Amino acid sequence: MRLEPRTDTPLALRLLAPVGAVVAALALCALLVAWTGAPVLRAYGLLFEGAVGSRFALTETLTRATPLILTGLAAAVAFRAKLWNIGAEGQLYMGALAAVVVGGGMLDLPAWALIPVVMIAGMAAGGVTLLGPAVLKVRFGVDEVVTTLLLNFVVLLLVSLLLEGALKDPMGMGWPQSAPVVEAAELPKLVARTRLHAGLAIALGLSLLLWLVDTRTIWGYENRAVGANPRAAAFAGMPVTRVMLRTALLSGGLAGLAGAAEVCGLKGYLTLDLSPGFGYSGIVVAMLAQLHPIGVVGAALFIAGIFVGADAMSRAMPVPNYIADVLVAASLLCMLVAGLLARYRLRRG
Amino acid sequence: MDFLSILLDILLSAAFWTAVLRIATPYVLGTLGELVCERAGVLNLGIEGIMTLGAMAGWMAVYQGADLWTGVLVAACCGALLGLLHAALTVPLGLSQHVTGIGVTLLGTSLSYFVYRLVLPQASTPPTVEPFQPLALPGALAQTPLTYLAFLLVAVVAYVLYRTPVGLAVRMVGENPAAAEAQGLNVTAIRIGAVVAGSALMALAGAFLTLSAFNAFFFNMVNGRGWICIALVVFASWRPGKAMLGALLFAVFDALQLRLQQASGGVLPYQLFLMMPYLLSILALVLVARRASYPRALMIPYRKGER
Repeated sequence: MRLEPRTDTPLALRLLAPVGAVVAALALCALLVAWTGAPVLRAYGLLFEGAVGSRFALTETLTRATPLILTGLAAAVAFRAKLWNIGAEGQLYMGALAAVVVGGGMLDLPAWALIPVVMIAGMAAGGVTLLGPAVLKVRFGVDEVVTTLLLNFVVLLLVSLLLEGALKDPMGMGWPQSAPVVEAAELPKLVARTRLHAGLAIALGLSLLLWLVDTRTIWGYENRAVGANPRAAAFAGMPVTRVMLRTALLSGGLAGLAGAAEVCGLKGYLTLDLSPGFGYSGIVVAMLAQLHPIGVVGAALFIAGIFVGADAMSRAMPVPNYIADVLVAASLLCMLVAGLLARYRLRRG
Repeated sequence: MDFLSILLDILLSAAFWTAVLRIATPYVLGTLGELVCERAGVLNLGIEGIMTLGAMAGWMAVYQGADLWTGVLVAACCGALLGLLHAALTVPLGLSQHVTGIGVTLLGTSLSYFVYRLVLPQASTPPTVEPFQPLALPGALAQTPLTYLAFLLVAVVAYVLYRTPVGLAVRMVGENPAAAEAQGLNVTAIRIGAVVAGSALMALAGAFLTLSAFNAFFFNMVNGRGWICIALVVFASWRPGKAMLGALLFAVFDALQLRLQQASGGVLPYQLFLMMPYLLSILALVLVARRASYPRALMIPYRKGER
């Protein structure tokens, strides 16, 4: 058996690959569900119902998908340029930190002015966080995978330090949490009496915008060229270093925006459990979407549905809700194989 | 007391050096494991998940009634299995080692938590087992057997890598797989073997945490130790002896910050001290990155007859 590159991948195959991967992951995890003693089909049925079965379930899934779209885009734009940003989790918290500082009453602006300022502050904080590792990569050749990963821990400790110190809410009954953002900084709700907020609209708009930039502009062309072959791109006279740093700012900025939107749209203040690993799940979202900005939306909805649905399922059955994380990890690994089968043909001999 | 005399007090106490060896143990084992993988040309970012699975599986086996050494063996086997998964995806299939590694870490971690919760649904305080007891050897600070094993393994790995045909083969497929194949070596098999063996070592690092350093399994118990091992491999320029020195240096610093933190009496926030290992790792990477001599085929998939 050997692998032979396909000259072109049919569109149907590109679309089928993620579906096949998800089906394979569900089938593999069925073994784990069966091990718990729960009936598999009923468990998956409850999961599906818990994700999209009611108005409440649906808005919860959309709410959960919002940060995942943004961290998914963050991973996708970086991976496209072969900048291995594994630090979206830390960048998200930096964005959230900027949001509570800028949105915490420091500026006296009406909502239409304050919200953009807070979001941009979140993006800037996230972007700068990734700029450090990106500079180390282009200047000194330090592998960014490890530096961005290690920075996640540094950022979380920094947030913890500030939440117990300078940013601690005096009204917080001693809990390590920040003071809430002012009302004018809160993102409006999209559907009344649910948790769904305008962050979703921002995330959807950005994925469309990024797709347009990617396909219609010189910027997008340069990004793809540098990702495909940096040496050839440099030889063609492209500013490889500048493209790298630009990508880092954009990728970190998207992750930072995810944090700012979670603070201003959902929680209202910053705690250490703002993100249950959105930064890491974003990598899975990006891979399931095959790094396509529009595909990220679908992948984020899928992953969000798994998490929300698994919570509902584990309340009704003795299946630990960690099954969601296992499903997500299995989907990533299956997607890698499916992507390979879409790009290569299996040949005997 | 001034700072210097406090420092001297700490450095001259046997308890400090006992702690250093204990803290260094998971780093020594994890770094050795990663080093073996990378020497064969495969970056293994699954380390964090493999360590978590090793910690959980080893502990769970003992909790279910196995003896401690069986627990260690179970951990190593589970680590080897996850390593086999990483190897199967990255070596014959040539998938991105970065993304596959992250996937293996996510899988190892979530699987560990899932199984732990399934077996112990509502354990609010983690149940404990009787861990390895310190063992006094003549002329050495008392340590648990796994620590002795870790330092012994440094010598074993160094010997195998530099003095045996197997080690030569591993280094060769990491430097120049085409030449290795021309010598009649099976590049795929050697790489898979190295990743499986290295992953078993990583799982031992995890088992040390639950069966020697502590006596229970906690969520987030590995807490970034795996990522630091990856930094230590670069710092050690892919040499087992230097890896051990790096791990020891790191442990000295870690043990020192704990004691200085106590001595400072809470003047500085504890988070600043906890940040140090991560910042130190980044600094180490920056310092050695320029003269780092990567195994030349690291992260480059190899397919027969392809250039």
